[in-house]
Amino acid sequence: MEGERINALRGVSLEIRRNEYVAIMGPSGSGKSTLMNLLGCLDTPSSGEYWLNGQEVSRLTDNALARVRNKEIGFVFQTFNLLARASALHNVELPLVYAGTGAAERRRRATSALTRVGLGDRMLHRPNELSGGQRQRVAIARALVNEPSILLADEPTGNLDSTTSEEIMRVFGQLHAQGQTVVIVTHEASIAAYAHRVVVIKDGQIESDLPNPSVAAA
Amino acid sequence: MALNAIRVQKLKSFFSLIGVLIGVTFLIAVVSIVQGMNVYMRDRFANAIIGFNTFNVRRSPMISTGNVTEEMWRSWQRRPRITYADADYVEQHITFPATIARFCEDRVEVWHGGKVAKDIDLVGTEPTYFDIKRYGIRLGRAFTPQEVTTGSTVVVLGDIVADKLFEGADPVGKVVTIGGLPYKVIGVVEKQGTLFGLSMDKFAIMPYKAPGRRLICPINVLDQVSIRPTNPDSLRMAMAEVEGIMRIRRQLKPTQESNFALETAEGALEGWAKISKILMTALPLLVGISLVVGGIVIMNIMLMAVTERTREIGIRKALGARRADILSQFIVESATLSTLGAALGIATGVGLAFLVKALTPLPASVAVWSLVVGVGVGLGVGMVAGVYPAYRASKLDPIAALRAE
Repeated sequence: MEGERINALRGVSLEIRRNEYVAIMGPSGSGKSTLMNLLGCLDTPSSGEYWLNGQEVSRLTDNALARVRNKEIGFVFQTFNLLARASALHNVELPLVYAGTGAAERRRRATSALTRVGLGDRMLHRPNELSGGQRQRVAIARALVNEPSILLADEPTGNLDSTTSEEIMRVFGQLHAQGQTVVIVTHEASIAAYAHRVVVIKDGQIESDLPNPSVAAA
Repeated sequence: MALNAIRVQKLKSFFSLIGVLIGVTFLIAVVSIVQGMNVYMRDRFANAIIGFNTFNVRRSPMISTGNVTEEMWRSWQRRPRITYADADYVEQHITFPATIARFCEDRVEVWHGGKVAKDIDLVGTEPTYFDIKRYGIRLGRAFTPQEVTTGSTVVVLGDIVADKLFEGADPVGKVVTIGGLPYKVIGVVEKQGTLFGLSMDKFAIMPYKAPGRRLICPINVLDQVSIRPTNPDSLRMAMAEVEGIMRIRRQLKPTQESNFALETAEGALEGWAKISKILMTALPLLVGISLVVGGIVIMNIMLMAVTERTREIGIRKALGARRADILSQFIVESATLSTLGAALGIATGVGLAFLVKALTPLPASVAVWSLVVGVGVGLGVGMVAGVYPAYRASKLDPIAALRAE
């Protein structure tokens, strides 16, 4: 890596509107992870701009980025990334903790988010007491709890069997139907097929950016 | 949250606490034992032996502190004894109001009806002695100045002696035999308890001019004259005056050392005061060492925790934790860990203090300030030890941290 500068993304221009359901596809090494990190405000571009919800976020300080991640982004990861020692409820409350929400309000909102993903009866279970699909629902509830601008999912079904995958994708579909902007990063065409728009990245550039004909038809 | 993290790693956390635990245990235990010792030495030891606000004129000190060389000891033995005439001379010449008691003692056997109490401290003295020693009379009465002047064969017994010889029966009016001479028991002194586990009640007190005096001192000789100035604030001045009077009496030249000793409870405590001071000076050092070690251990545990929990840190950052949030999380965890150690240390320290109190006559009392210092120190060590690991955690790149296994 030293000496040689590698631009993972070059000349990518992408606009995602409110309440879109976008899949970003590409083989490994295509730059889709870098794009996801940029969209998720985990990283900032070396050049170029990123406007999120009316705010230029590509030149923000660490603390300001943390705040943007907290308020505007809801992450869903392939490996769920729940805190193993904490209950489902506590996991979902975590973004609210960093938002500085009071304890009673945290509990209320976390409970409602968990209920929304169908886990109202599993709130005090720890991740190891939940199935993979349930864990991912907890992660989705956590992503939703702060009412983010974007729900950003990175291979959300990568660790799930096909039945559970369908179940999780249905949850994303419902959320989208309720007005949520959803961006899913995946290399699986079957998952991308749920989205209304598919962006394909290859070698750091956008290869194609098309509406999904199957969904558009439906 | 911090407690939760600690609970999960019980064993590791416990070992990491040991340094702080030992340090704080040490602090609490040593402080309470030294303070207990101080109280004990002042209230029981010195005052029980010498008396409150009293000084003794003796041939040589009864309680020697520091090193007494063979030579010093021999020179003390060559000194003239304190005589009746010395005591009279001092009593006539002092200018301050005072309580004076002539005093002589030795170990004897006391007999009654075939029973014997051995190793009894027979004291020949005056009625003022009861006052100076603060002896209350449990039964009967003390003897009078007249009984001293006439050399009456009367005796006041210590509690344990009365118990041993009379086994609960009223000893007043009965006769005991000391050195082959019959003595009428006229009183019993209140129980005095123990000092360093030794009974303080194994004594019999008689007029110093009673016939049995040859048992305890040569004719016309005294072990000491106890002087208690009526005004306790004038103790120092009174001592200086008595020293002057004795030097005139002994016709000492200004260049000659005094060939007698003036002894106070305070003086007898000098040796202990020195030990106490050394302990209290060494204490911060000892506590400090274990706390530094404890701090380093905690720091390493926290560094390990940061490494093990890299992914957790990544998750927290992705969810919006700022650097300060991560920093404070780990500092709070570290401080909680070490305060827990301090709390356990306080528990064991207080336990030790109470153990000492239960098993020894020392009135070991836990000093409140040492508890406060203990908790404060625990908190402080944890926070300081937590800073570097927490800083490392806060600096982690969220992308790399999320990728960590």
